[in-house]
Order: sequence, then structure tokens, then C-alpha cells
Amino acid sequence: MMLIEASRLAMQAIVRNAFRSILTVLGVVIGVAAVIAMVAIGQGTTAEVTSQVSELGSDLLLIEPGSIVHSGPPRPAAPFSDRDVDAIRRQITGLDTVSPLVARSATLIFGNRNWVSTVQGVEAPYLDVVNYSLAAGRFFQDGELRSGLPVCVLGATPKTELFGNGDPIGASIRIRQMSCRVIGVLEAKGASLGQDRDDLVLTPLRTMQRRIAGSQDVDMIFATVRDPAAIARVQADIEALLRERRRIGPQEEDDFDVADMKEIATMLGDITTILTGLLAALAAISLLVGGIGIMNIMLVSVTERTREIGIRLAIGATSAQVLLQFLVEAVALSVIGGVIGIALGLGLAWGVTDWLGVPMVVDPRIIVLAFLFSAAVGVVFGFVPARRAARLDPIEALRHE
Amino acid sequence: MMDAGADGAPLIDLAGVTKVFGIGDIAVHALQGIDLQIRRGEFVAIMGPSGSGKSTAMNILGCLDQPSGGHYRFDGVEVGALNRDQRALLRRHFLGFVFQGYNLLSRTTAVENVELPLIYQGYARAERRAEALSALQRVGLAGRELHDPSELSGGQQQRVAIARAIVTQPEVLLADEPTGNLDTARGREIMDLITTLNRDEGLTVVMVTHDTDMAGYAHRIVRFRDGQIERVDAP
Ligand SMILES: Nc1ncnc2c1ncn2[C@@H]1O[C@H](COP(=O)(O)OP(=O)(O)OP(=O)(O)O)[C@@H](O)[C@H]1O
Ligand SMILES: [Mg+2]
Repeated sequence: MMLIEASRLAMQAIVRNAFRSILTVLGVVIGVAAVIAMVAIGQGTTAEVTSQVSELGSDLLLIEPGSIVHSGPPRPAAPFSDRDVDAIRRQITGLDTVSPLVARSATLIFGNRNWVSTVQGVEAPYLDVVNYSLAAGRFFQDGELRSGLPVCVLGATPKTELFGNGDPIGASIRIRQMSCRVIGVLEAKGASLGQDRDDLVLTPLRTMQRRIAGSQDVDMIFATVRDPAAIARVQADIEALLRERRRIGPQEEDDFDVADMKEIATMLGDITTILTGLLAALAAISLLVGGIGIMNIMLVSVTERTREIGIRLAIGATSAQVLLQFLVEAVALSVIGGVIGIALGLGLAWGVTDWLGVPMVVDPRIIVLAFLFSAAVGVVFGFVPARRAARLDPIEALRHE
Repeated sequence: MMDAGADGAPLIDLAGVTKVFGIGDIAVHALQGIDLQIRRGEFVAIMGPSGSGKSTAMNILGCLDQPSGGHYRFDGVEVGALNRDQRALLRRHFLGFVFQGYNLLSRTTAVENVELPLIYQGYARAERRAEALSALQRVGLAGRELHDPSELSGGQQQRVAIARAIVTQPEVLLADEPTGNLDTARGREIMDLITTLNRDEGLTVVMVTHDTDMAGYAHRIVRFRDGQIERVDAP
């Protein structure tokens, strides 16, 4: 019997028991949808991370207390101070800019409106380092930075929340207890990786330390090197300097981290890989369960249709033809599940990537693979029932009630 | 697969065929040494009381069942030496079977039931449909082609089963009480049809019947009793 006949018979059998068929393929649907969705989301996230990291540039070093790259439980670590920043500026050669950062969450108030945002105390090079630009007004002048004057630059989100379409330049807002003049507005960057990149307010570092944080601490330091080729040397120099300043013994591990963007990208990539692996295992289990569901229902189907099998054998069907008929039916079931799963997975990926603000990356190879995999599930789990059908004795099958 | 054979040799040759169902105390000796030769083009009726082994013998003739002992040669070929698939091919190409209980596929239209053996013969769709329609017409079921078995009377189902058996133009038609569910008039139509096929197309016919009138169409009447051939009569 030609494959076409077997497919036609399979579709007929599936449609006849439409409800049962749908329940049967649910496992495969979920498995395939999970694979498709997670791969698309994972790849979208990776693409976004890569593009952000490369936007920050290969000349950037991120210096943080604690450890972000190394594994193990987070250890409490002393923050940096202004003096650490000065030491790096003075003692490390080959640096272009050094840009300390202090960030605090704070409520912003203008008139009867308020908005909770992140306030970042920064210095002059910061805008260039993180690739923000001004939409209106100006950035901090040297005098304002040195004296820690109460001035701020609004991100696009707090600007809209507090002022709507109005012009904020020159207006006075409150950040916690501090009254502060708005001198500029940042260009909107949009959301990315589930984070609104415009929900921030900048003030001079001094202003932040004295009037909001109340300490000389520095949370994080961005440093750019003059020559990207020398980045490893600069990184080592900074590490040595900070170990000395923080009195870390030769046997002890760093309690801070100096990471270049490549390292961060690798770390994020590792996290994505682990997550993807976990989800893949889940998907595999779900496909296995789906396969067992198909096997179960095919065994039921063979029993129900024993008489039909007897008739087919009696009029001259060979065992192989009966085997093919039921195998094709199992494969058709799993492939239908696979196709529904692919559609569902793409829909899911579209929703999630949209929500996360990352691009939706669809690798056609994954779709083909998912399709082939679901077909394979049908072959593997359909084989035992199909063989049972093929081995029936025609007389006994015909006598079956 | 098989040549036409010398006309002297029988098409069907049963020699000492026995069939035992079950083992030990509950063993049923359904056939106890059947010797029967049927020549190409013959029309043989099998009669006998219920339980005398008629259907058992038909199943063996139809290569659906294997004898427990003895030999069955079909056109000179020892059927016992064939494997499962070879027997399937023999059924497909040379035998047409009408079962005692119709054995039609439910939820499948009459014409699709008749097409079924042609699918396994590899007919293309249109050709298959045309053959099936003409077979249905020959058994007097024109106009009922698209009905399911559940929408047909017992006699009509019987005729669908006959159409399915003859649609492949087999060498032998094996019919287990093909007129059992028909009234006399319909029964005669079927018998006329079978007789025509036998006479004009050389179809060899083996038919089980309880009806002496129907057996009267045959060349020979083989009488079964208790798993043995009691005697062979001319009608
Ligand atoms: N599969 C089986 N298992 C056990 N016994 C069987 C089986 N098939 C047939 N028999 C027995 O074999 C004997 C012959 O049965 P068979 O069906 O050949 O009779 P029959 O002549 O066709 O009768 P009827 O005219 O009622 O159709 C009976 O005693 C029956 O009970
Ligand atoms: Mg019988």
C-alpha cells in the first residue's frame, strides 16, 4: 500500500476520534511548544545582550565590589570610596576615563505627581560610557559636579510621569528631601530585557553622596581604556591596586570584580545555556510523556480495530502494510502535535520577547528539528502498537468482537 | 506467481487435511481427514449440519488458517510451505472470500468497502473507484454506493461482500453462505450472478449453503458430517 493511502487512512482515523486525538497529542504539543519558545526567547535574549554589550564597547571595564562573575554564594564586600577612584585615576596608566557611580531608589515629586525611580550620581564621562544622549537642555558643568549642586537630568520615563508633555527644563523637583533643578532630559532608549532603560535620574556624584546617600561610598566604577588591546594589562593593574588597597592577603580571593564586556557577555551566555538546558530537559520529559500517550492510544486503537485489521489481512494486506498503516497513524498524530506545538511555541515566544523587549529570533533549523523530532516520537512510540496489529492472526482478528 | 497448470491437475487439492482447535480434553477435532480435489472452473457446493466443519474448511481453502495435518496444494503449490506474506499475496491475487458474517468495514461506504482489495493491489484511485462501482452494479446495488453498512439491510450487506470478493477478478470465489440472509428472489439473483461468473469467466466457485435449491446451481455437492466428507453428490 502506498504511503498516500496510509496517510489518508490515518487522517480518517484521527478525524473520527477528533477529541481523543487532541487529548493524545497534548503532550507532544506542550513539549514542542516549550522547545520552540525557549529557543526563540533564549536566542532573542542572547542577541539583545550581545548587541548591548557591544554597544558599550570593547574598551570598557566594570569594577564592582563583591563578585558577579565567580560562582558561589554572594559575599558581603565593602563598597569602594572616592579615594579608590582617585587611586585608580592616579596610579593606573592607559586609562581614558574613570566614571564612578552611586545609585539609589528614590521618590521624585513634582507638584502633586510623584514617581519612584533610580537616581544615579555620576561624573562627566558617564553619558559617553553608557551611550546616552541628551534630548533637551544640557549636562552637568564642572562647577556643578565639583560643588555637588542640586541639579538633575531626567530620563524619558520620569520626565513623562512628572511633566507629561510639558517642558521640565528649569523646573524644580524633589528627590527624597532634596529640592533639585532640572537642567536636561535624556533621549529615550526604550525597554530591553524586561527593563525600562529610561527610568532613571542623573545627579552629580557629589550631590548624590552628600544629600541623598549620605556617605563617600561608590557603588560601581566604569573605566575605559585608551587602547583596547591593552585591556587585559589594565585589568590586572586595577586588580592588583585594589587588592592592595583592600588588604587582601595573597591566599585570599578577590572581594571585588573587574570585568570587561566579553566576560559579562560570556557569563550571561552561560546563564542562558544553563536555562536552555534545563528547559530542554523539561521539554524532553514532556515529549516522552507525549510519546507514551500516543503509544497508549494506538494500543487502544489497535484493539478497537482488531476486526478491521482481520478484514484487511483477509483480503490480502501484508503484515508490512498493516504495520505501515498504524505507524503512519501514530506519526500523523505526533506530527499534528508537533505542528500545533510549533505554532503555539512561536506565539508564546512572540509574546514573551515582546514583553521582555528583546528581538524575536527564529532559527528555521530549530523548527525543522522540532518537526522531525515529533515525527520521530511517532515512529518510536507507534512501533510497538503497529507491530502488534501487524502480527495479528487473520482468523482470530476476524472473530474478535 | 503461478502458471495456469496442466488442465489435468486440480486447482485445489486437499489431502488428509485435519484441524484441531485447542489441546487435551477440550480439543475440538473440527476436520478429521478431508480429501477433496477441485478443478479450475468447477462450481462446488458444500453442505452439512451446523458445526460439521464447513467454515473451518473454507478458512483453510482461503489460506486464512493452516491445517493441523495433511496437505493443501493450491495450483500445485504447497500452501503449508508459504510464509505469512506469501499467503497474503495468494489471497490478494487469486482468492475472493465472502464471509459468513459479511465482515464489512463499519463507517465506510459500500463503494469504499469494495475498493479495499484494489488498494492493496495498487490500483490508482479513479480506476479503483470505477471497478468498485461496476462490481456494485453487477450485484444489483447501483444507487447504494455511498451508504454505510449500518444503512444497508442484511441482504444488501451480503451483496457488498460479494462485490468486494469479485472486484479483483480472482481465480477462486470462496463463499460461506452467500445467500443465507437473502429472500428467495434475491438469492436467485445472486446465484445467477455467481453462475454467470463461473460459466462465462471461468471463475472457480466453492460455496457453503444450507439451501438445497442454491446447491442445485453447483456441479457437485460435497456433504460434510462431523469433520469428514460424508459423500459427494451430483445435484
Ligand atoms: N477457533 C475455534 N476454537 C475452537 N473451536 C472451534 C473454533 N472454530 C471452530 N470451532 C469448532 O469447530 C467445529 C466446526 O466449526 P465450523 O465453524 O467449521 O462449523 P460450520 O460447519 O461452519 O457450522 P455452521 O453451519 O454453523 O456455520 C465446531 O464444533 C466449532 O465449535
Ligand atoms: Mg460456518
